[in-house]
Amino acid sequence: MSGHAAQPAHHDEGFVKTYLWSTDHKVIAMQYLFTGMLMALIGGFTAYVFRMQLAFPGQSVPLFGRVSAGQYNSLVTMHGTIMIFWVAMPVLLAAFGNFLIPLMLGCDDMVFPKVNRLSYQIFLLSAVVLVASFAVPGGAFGGAWTAYPPLSAKAAYNLTRYGSTLWVVAVALEFVAFLLGGVNFVTTAMNARAPGMRMFDVPIVIWMIVIASILFMASVGPLIAGAVMLVFDQVLGTGFYDPGTGGDPILWQHLFWFFGHPEVYVVLLPAMGIVAEVIAVFSRKKLFGYRTIVHTAVATGVISFFVWAHHQFVAGIDPRMASLFTVTTLIISVPIAEMVFVYIATLYGGSITLATPMLWALSFVAEFLIGGVTGIFLGAAGSDIYLHDTYFVLAHFHYTFFPIAIIGAFTGITFWFPKMFGRMMDERLGKIHFWGTIIAFNVIFIPLFITGAAGEHRRIFDHSGFPDLATPGLQHLRTTATMGLVCLLAFQPVFFFNFVRSMVRGPIAGANPWRANTLEWLAPSPPPHGNFAELPEVYRGPYEYSTEDREEDFWPQHLPDDLSPATSVGGHQ
Amino acid sequence: MTSRPIATTRSVMEVPTGRLAMWWVLASEIVIFGGLLGSYVMMRLRHGAWADQAANTNTWTGAFNTLVLLTSSLSAVLAHQAAERADGPKAARLLRFTILGGGVFLMVKAFEWTREIQEGFTITSGLFWSFYYTAAGLHAAHVIAGMVIMFIVSLTAARNEELHRVENVGLYWHFVDVVWIFLFPLLYIAK
Repeated sequence: MSGHAAQPAHHDEGFVKTYLWSTDHKVIAMQYLFTGMLMALIGGFTAYVFRMQLAFPGQSVPLFGRVSAGQYNSLVTMHGTIMIFWVAMPVLLAAFGNFLIPLMLGCDDMVFPKVNRLSYQIFLLSAVVLVASFAVPGGAFGGAWTAYPPLSAKAAYNLTRYGSTLWVVAVALEFVAFLLGGVNFVTTAMNARAPGMRMFDVPIVIWMIVIASILFMASVGPLIAGAVMLVFDQVLGTGFYDPGTGGDPILWQHLFWFFGHPEVYVVLLPAMGIVAEVIAVFSRKKLFGYRTIVHTAVATGVISFFVWAHHQFVAGIDPRMASLFTVTTLIISVPIAEMVFVYIATLYGGSITLATPMLWALSFVAEFLIGGVTGIFLGAAGSDIYLHDTYFVLAHFHYTFFPIAIIGAFTGITFWFPKMFGRMMDERLGKIHFWGTIIAFNVIFIPLFITGAAGEHRRIFDHSGFPDLATPGLQHLRTTATMGLVCLLAFQPVFFFNFVRSMVRGPIAGANPWRANTLEWLAPSPPPHGNFAELPEVYRGPYEYSTEDREEDFWPQHLPDDLSPATSVGGHQ
Repeated sequence: MTSRPIATTRSVMEVPTGRLAMWWVLASEIVIFGGLLGSYVMMRLRHGAWADQAANTNTWTGAFNTLVLLTSSLSAVLAHQAAERADGPKAARLLRFTILGGGVFLMVKAFEWTREIQEGFTITSGLFWSFYYTAAGLHAAHVIAGMVIMFIVSLTAARNEELHRVENVGLYWHFVDVVWIFLFPLLYIAK
């Protein structure tokens, strides 16, 4: 642990200062990671409860009891809200952003460590407010995660007077936290790169996190304004979204989706970046089309601001506008498809190792592809009018968000675990968990494509009142999906067991167990405060694998041209 | 001042880190006000009748407040100039003058709102008034935040420390100013 000598002053600080009040980017990353994982458990549990209600309507759900219609609404709303804002965002953007940006750019911390700490504290507060809203009279907000008024604006409709306001407050606090974090990410990546690291020497995952942060900053503003208006409608009785006073409920849909659609790319791009790193390392090949990926990511970001109204095809927008947004929506699949092709081209002719992180990365490409292709049907106004608000939509966006939030996170965690904790995860348990999760995931959502195409509406609490939907065939598919979910959840303890056991007893990893090029693998595992014994300089791009005329099949970024890698690899502990 | 990470002292883009960050903060603020004012303008265009409600705002009060805010921005610029000359105490005095301008602005606003509420124009009196109080209120919250930050910066500047912050807080104050430049015609002049 040679790096420790650099910062002896930080050794004898107490537990609080080291783990709870720290400004160290790695500690903050772990805070975000563990908070996100905890919230994922809550989000997973809510899904379990309402899926059980759908499969066995009216029966008592084990560990919960009988589900009322109001509780069902709260559970569905909280599931969506938690999984997107309190799992995908903190894990993919905040945890990996905080952990990787300073390490991969070769600096000792974020440029504003205290702002970083404040960002997490506000995020934690927002999570507490959200979870606390389960306990207020009327229960947690039950107006769906998109919070369309008038349902969300009037307590007489949503029946969750306090829950709905707490929901808006929690979401607004979360946005503040990510704005503070985003400013830090972008500024650090722009200004604090290691000497010699040019713009196109920055690893793809950092590019993706930075582009995602900029997208977030540029898109969330109108929704913050919209959230203020919604709270005023709820609490003060203004009528911003109330047609009765001259307001307009569609205004919220514009403000929400102007943010909501770029938000998809805010979480997608970091996951894409994580997958790019893993694919390059485990193919032992130079990443195909580095600049293409950067350019397509920027293009995706720009186009994502022009697709939002495809969520509103049935909301009464001008049909001419629907045609425009159909075109932009179909266009945005081009850069994303390009990225997928580039990843496949990286695999071609590579020397592939199917370690657990690589399995996750490959499954990301495969599963996300299904999500992307089914999205075409929903982006085209004609077919969307039929499929709108059915389980087809639900299955589609779970085929995008599950790869993003869950597969992307597992890819990153299994890949950087040795760097985070200094020990290797167990491969056998990792593979059991991988197959259990991936197969179960498909068992959940393939049946839901079918029920959706058969006309099953998304927001029905109990299908027994709908003779067309309560047929044994459809009910059988519903039960299959629920069984898939139960299997998926049942496999997650394998991961947690592997995580905790490897943290304590896994084989020691060394600085660079995957023989990768980027700068974080130069730092000791786990990196001490200050990260590097001596801050590195950069001599080349991040993906120089299997270069001809070199003995080693990798060529770390920090090595000057005339040194062999043997001098720097393996010596660290 | 505690020790700073080396990262903070780097400047690859050749723009000081604090200023770069301030521009990103302002970029995200612009879209917040952009969303609010965009919604207002779109709805106002559809509802000609709002002009009757807007006729009750006091243009002269708004104009006076515009003058006050612009003047306070002048002293913020002069404070930046003093900071460039490494004259911390003078920069601090000028910043406090800017804070005073913010205070006058808020006081005028308080009297204005009191009178309007007494006349029965509250936030629920009509959609124009809802936007009026929401937009001006959000702006006033930014004025208050700016005054607090400026006071903190003036404390360190008076000791000749962290003088680069004088410029950054000035940037923020100019932004608050510019938002008002949009609010004044939209809420007061357009009758």
